[in-house]
Amino acid sequence: MMMGYSSAPIGARENSEKDVISREAQSPTATRERPQEEPATANVKMRAGDLRAFFGKAEVIKGISLPFPENKVTAIIGPSGCGKSTFIRCLNRMHEVVPGARAAGEVLLDSDDIYAMDPVRLRRRVGMVFQKPNPFPTMSIRGNVLAGLKLNGIRPDDPDGLAEKTLRQVALWDEVKDGLGRSGMSLSGGQQQRLCIARTLAMEPEVILMDEPCSALDPIATARVEELIHELQKQYTIVIVTHNMQQAARVAQYTAFFYMGELVEHDETNVIFTRPAQARTEDYITGRFG
Amino acid sequence: MNGIRSSYVYRRAVDRAVRAACVLAAIVALVPLFLVLYYVTVRGIGGLNWAFFTELPKPVGEAGGGAANAIVGSIQLVGLACLFGIPLGVLAGVFLAEFGQSFFGRMVRFAADVMAGVPSVTIGIFIYALVVLPTKQFSAYAGGLALAVIMLPTVTRTTEELLKLVPEALREAALGLGVPQWRTTLWVMLRTAAPGVATGIMLAVARVAGETAPLLFTSFNNRFWARGLNEPISSLPVQIYTYAVSPYEDWHRQAWAAALVLVSLVLFLNVAARVLVRNRVRSR
Repeated sequence: MMMGYSSAPIGARENSEKDVISREAQSPTATRERPQEEPATANVKMRAGDLRAFFGKAEVIKGISLPFPENKVTAIIGPSGCGKSTFIRCLNRMHEVVPGARAAGEVLLDSDDIYAMDPVRLRRRVGMVFQKPNPFPTMSIRGNVLAGLKLNGIRPDDPDGLAEKTLRQVALWDEVKDGLGRSGMSLSGGQQQRLCIARTLAMEPEVILMDEPCSALDPIATARVEELIHELQKQYTIVIVTHNMQQAARVAQYTAFFYMGELVEHDETNVIFTRPAQARTEDYITGRFG
Repeated sequence: MNGIRSSYVYRRAVDRAVRAACVLAAIVALVPLFLVLYYVTVRGIGGLNWAFFTELPKPVGEAGGGAANAIVGSIQLVGLACLFGIPLGVLAGVFLAEFGQSFFGRMVRFAADVMAGVPSVTIGIFIYALVVLPTKQFSAYAGGLALAVIMLPTVTRTTEELLKLVPEALREAALGLGVPQWRTTLWVMLRTAAPGVATGIMLAVARVAGETAPLLFTSFNNRFWARGLNEPISSLPVQIYTYAVSPYEDWHRQAWAAALVLVSLVLFLNVAARVLVRNRVRSR
């Protein structure tokens, strides 16, 4: 963890001290041990510092600081329109693809500011899985898995081996091995989503962002994707946005609760769900609003 | 109860009447097409023989001869038009779909829409003034250019419209994989829209293959083989026109035969494009 800090610029260090706990959440829980203070288990892979995002003049993320520990799953929950999706789209600079959208503040990957990086290179390190499965309709299953490489003009040494390995990683191999040449669109929704995850994995990212990856899936497909997330965290740092609080509780070690573009509370998942520090968090997770 | 029953009968009668009207309209719309095909086939088939496809036209008064130079010329002209028109049109369409919300983009779109309505003879005169007068000769290049200008608006606008139909999710998927924007546009967006774009191109090609007026001012005509693309060149539409207005019975027969060949060529191009596109989509 210290490595992640030590090479960060001065501004980042100040931020990181401030964001150990979000401002609102500070006082009542000051004595509780925070996840960020456990270097043995939580090496910070990625860190947002006072991140702000805008659509035109509207500020939809109002200065959020949040760490993402390595090889852990961090869930972001909150009511619709609270800025969860916008927030994670800032983490691989997909937010700015929308006309009129921009972001301010800082996001560190290891100790590098992602806003000083080439977005194309950044997105190879920080992959993304979207809400609706979106395989490329013009490509086969195999083609979809290798799409990121092929579209970037990279020729893997052993494309078939890579396709098999990646499809095994997402537990899709046995279901598709006899029809790798079929269209990606011929799969069921859950299979398509796992194909999209495979496509992301083939790029060998370090961080995987998942924007409500199960909201278009049935409960069985959801369970499979959750199992997969559980496996993937051994190798990747995962950030998942979800509407489903049970899902957050099942897959994530850390949970952040967003409301109206602000971070209300961030802690270990079991703390958030059993002893939240903020009344608003408690109201939300018990279903009193949102 | 009675009121409901009678209104039901009434509604059913209206439904049938409207349906019959639609079918009738469809038939009326198709009748001219089939009449043209039928008439051209019946009148043209008699003039078709091996010589028609292999020989040059004979001088007036001599029987026989063919239109080989016109057939090849037409193919060359349309080929040139595709060479100039397709890359330009597709790229302009990509520009409009990706950056078309700017003032310049709106201007380009407006210009394309206006161009689509410009009579083809005007475009012929335009190329005549722009190319034929300065170079002091009719040429295949000038003809191809005129046809390309006629193709351009159709190709541009269909490309744009079809690109807009490709879901944004695919763009995001590609960008999210760290694919640069230009590769995303070309290999994901345009690739996904390709079958539709190809159909649009084929329609444009079919249209220009039958254009006569602009060629009269640009590629003119040639009773012999053109020795190069910078010479006047024969083409089926112009040949049909020349033969049809002539007083010779033999030339009239040749005109019908040429018309049949032209119609078949366009039909073949259309069917071929559709089959090709469908097979490529299915093989995936």
